[in-house]
Formats: sequence, structure tokens, C-alpha cells
Amino acid sequence: MNEVKSIAESEKEIIEDFSLFDSWDEKYEYIIELGKKLPLLNPVYRTDDHIVKGCQSTVWLGSSFRDGKVFYEADSDAIIVKGLISLLIRILSGHRPDEIIQAQLECIKVIGMASHLAQTRANGLLAMVKQMKNDALAYQLQNQLNQAE
Amino acid sequence: MNVTSGIESGFDIKDIRQHFPILQRQVKGKPLIYFDNAATSQKPQIVLDALSNYYGHYNANIHRGIHTLAEEATAAFEETRDAIRDFIHAGHREEIIFTKGTTESINLVAYTWGRANIQDGDEILISNMEHHSNIVPWQILCKEKNALLKIIPVNDEGELDMEAYKKLISHKTKLVSVVHVSNALGTINPVKDIIRLAHQAGAVVLIDGAQSAVHLDIDVAEMDCDFFAFSMHKLFGPTGVGILYGKKDILENMPPFMGGGEMIKEVHFDKTTYASLPYKFEAGTPNIADVNACKAALVFIDKIGKENLRQHENELLAYATRELKKIDGLHIIGNAKHKVSVISFIVDKIHPQDLGILLDNSGIAVRTGHHCTQPLMQRFGIPGTVRASFSVYNTTEEIDTFVLALKKAIKMLA
Repeated sequence: MNEVKSIAESEKEIIEDFSLFDSWDEKYEYIIELGKKLPLLNPVYRTDDHIVKGCQSTVWLGSSFRDGKVFYEADSDAIIVKGLISLLIRILSGHRPDEIIQAQLECIKVIGMASHLAQTRANGLLAMVKQMKNDALAYQLQNQLNQAE
Repeated sequence: MNVTSGIESGFDIKDIRQHFPILQRQVKGKPLIYFDNAATSQKPQIVLDALSNYYGHYNANIHRGIHTLAEEATAAFEETRDAIRDFIHAGHREEIIFTKGTTESINLVAYTWGRANIQDGDEILISNMEHHSNIVPWQILCKEKNALLKIIPVNDEGELDMEAYKKLISHKTKLVSVVHVSNALGTINPVKDIIRLAHQAGAVVLIDGAQSAVHLDIDVAEMDCDFFAFSMHKLFGPTGVGILYGKKDILENMPPFMGGGEMIKEVHFDKTTYASLPYKFEAGTPNIADVNACKAALVFIDKIGKENLRQHENELLAYATRELKKIDGLHIIGNAKHKVSVISFIVDKIHPQDLGILLDNSGIAVRTGHHCTQPLMQRFGIPGTVRASFSVYNTTEEIDTFVLALKKAIKMLA
């Protein structure tokens, strides 16, 4: 957390990581591994207020704002979603709200996981990205208000 | 329109598979294994040809045109109605109403019969295994009319508790609306008993046949249901065609559903009179192309023979059940004595969605989630299941591949 990479750098790294895999099985094995390693969610966030509801899996998302930067943590009852969340946190956490809001997350497409962000009811991941950006937007507005005062 | 299926009568799995072009495709670099038939079936070539033939040769709006194309299109549309009457053994062709799906069929009854007949304090009886489309329309109606929605419980095997049903039904019960075959569990419900008991109490009965129509012989006259709703896309037909069967005397006394063209006899600004059955309930230009192609789907089913179809599906069900039970930590949800070829299951400590994603990665299409039956999932205390549902074109070899892929997925996720 001391040395936060830029969003572009993180995305590039993820693309490089995934380029090492020859098969889809390997990609999923890696994502599952990331899911298992995701740090435990602070219990204060494990409430209904923090649920980002997909049709099938549930995601809990918490965020905080420190020194002008947004930090995320999250959990899910489904492990592949959790692995993908881990990637999103790696990319977005620790950045300024405007950077987060503007992030295109192209790397998700490049590594072949775009279907998980697609507009299907089955998946909470798209809702998760929206919520992460909404949180960033809320912190940005709050920050502007504070500065105006 | 004469439709020939091009398939031999009797059962030859290789021949049958050749009629479904989609089965040739690859998914994620592997041959598609389609086990999501309870959601929708794939379409045989004759249905695709019938759609193309309609648009290529006789596309016209129906019923009022005097030109040749309109006559041909109308004839084909009404022939499909006759074919469906024969398929479910209805007494009269006017008892067959085209809708856009089972959901619309049920809503039609809720919005017309329901609003005309349900009053303050009346009771509507549904079961714990209903699809949301057989719950929500009744909830809306009950709220509006201050009526009571009562629920027939489901036992641990996934069967309706018939003793509880007998206790729930009373002179207050105005409608019993239950599913013939559970989409989530595959359970075949004893609808004849349900209907007989409901009628003894003076209640009207709607049977949701969305899942049963493709698997079982449907004889609405013998069953004696008042309404029967199903969708043709689960019977090898196109999407967008639902059927509502209703007993003629009940339909005649029901107010119309939607107003518009086709459903009227005469329109004046001070008074409008309605068309006779079935047109009273078919406002606007119907889904002509898809309805007409449904006849080809029925010809296809007839050629295979429902008995052959059921026997093949039952073999697949028995084989898959036996193989899945060998997997440690796997639990089949729904072990009713009478089932169609639907298997729902969960695996200890693994979310169904994860299994669905990895199976898709192996080219296998199953459904995961709550299957639009959230109260049933709540009943079993689970977030959802993995559901594999088999059709006439599936094979035991595909089940072997599925079981291997499933074991691999479980190993990856454990």
C-alpha cells in the first residue's frame, strides 16, 4: 500500500500475468487462487447495507477515504467472483476518486473475462464496478463540499 | 401449410441430433453440451425452415385481408390453433388462446378472471414450488382485492404435501394455481387429485404446464383443469408463443384482457362490443411467424412420439442421477418419486455459480441460481442449485463428459 501503482500500471501487470497462461483452466485456477487469498472483510462491512446484489452471488463491498484516496475491501459467497473482485481492488484501491471514476478497466476484456462484466442478470460484478465508482463519486463530492466550506 | 419433419418415425438419437443445427457448434473450443432444456429447448431445422418459409413466401397480416397471402397466413395460423387443440386434447378450438408465453397466460387469468371473481376475504392457493410467474400475479391480485394467498408446503423430497393441501382447501378457496412439473426440481405433481379436490370445494384450477407440456401427455379434458398455461419455446418451437387453454364457458364470461384491434366486434365511442372467442383475448397483430412455426414443432414431437421421447429422457435421468450420486459432497435437491429429466444439485462449500462458470468453460450449458423459485430455495435453505435438464437430443456420452467436467470443477474449487 506504500507504493501504489497507477491504474494503468496495475492493468498492464494483470495483462502480463494472464499472458503466461496457456489455457482457460489455468486462468480460472489463478482467479480462484486470488479469490481464496483475498483478505478477510472487515466485519463492519458485512451488513445488508454493503451488499451489491447480483442475481446469483452476493458481494459485500466496503470503502474508506483517506488522504484524498479511496480504499476498498470486499467479499463474495462465490469464489470466482471473489477472484475477479480481487483484481478490481488491485487496480482501483488507493487511487483518487477522479482516477477511479475514469477507469475503463480494459484489462478485464484483454484477459478474456469481459463476459463476467457483461449485462447478464447472473453476475454481480458489473454492479460491483458501478458501486465502486459510485463510492468514489460520493467521496469526490464530499471532498469538494469540504473544500468549499 | 403442409409440414414434413424429414425424420423417420421411431427413435434414432443420431438422426434426431442431426435435426438440430446448433448441436454442431463449439463453445469455448469444445463441442456444445446443452443441458439447459428446462429454460428453453433447441430448435429443429423444420422449425427454422417454417420461420423462413413464412417470411419468404406468405408474410401477411391475418384475418382481415382478402388477398392470397393473407388467406394463406390466416390458414396457417388457425391450423396451428387446431394442432395445439389436438396436442392438449381440448374440446374446442376457441379454448386455445395465443399469448407471448406462460407468464402472459397466467397474468391474463389474474387480470381478467381474477379481477372479476376474487373478492375481499377470498383465498387463492398456490404451492411452495411455484415459479415467480405463478406467485407474483396472485400477490398483486390479492393485495388489490384484500384476498389471502395460501401456500401448499413441500416436503424434504420436493413433493407437495397433499395432506396439508386437503387441510388448506375450503369454501373460501376460489382459485388453486399450481405447477404441473417443478422447473427447479423436476417433481411431477398429482394434478388430477389436486383438481378433483379443488372442484369439490368449488374452486377454479389453473395448471402451470410450462415444464410438463414437453415431457408428459397433456389431456386437459381428462385432467379437467379450468386453465392450462404453457410456452412453445420449451417444446422445440420459437420464443414468443404462449398458450392459454381455458374452459369455454369460463372464458366466455371473462372480461377482455387488452383492448385494441382484432378483439372487437364493433367500436362506437359510446359502446364497444367484443369479438367472440378466442379473438376476444388476442388484441393486436399476433406473433404470426412464430405461431405458424409452432406447427412444425408439434409435427416434430409427433414424429418422434412422446412415449419414445419420455423413455429416452427417463433413461438419461436415471443414468445422470446414478452417476452424480457417486460424487462426494454432492446433494440432489428434489428426490420425488415422479420426476421429469431435471436434476438440481448442490455441492458442499461450493457456490453453484462457480460450478456454472467452470462447466461453461468446458462447453457445458447448465443453469445455476434460484431458477425463479426463490421461496423454494428458501424452503431448502440454499441460495440456489446447479440444474441440468435433459432433452431428446442429449446422450449418456454427454452425461459422462459432464460428470468428468463437474469433478474437475469441484477439484479446482475445493
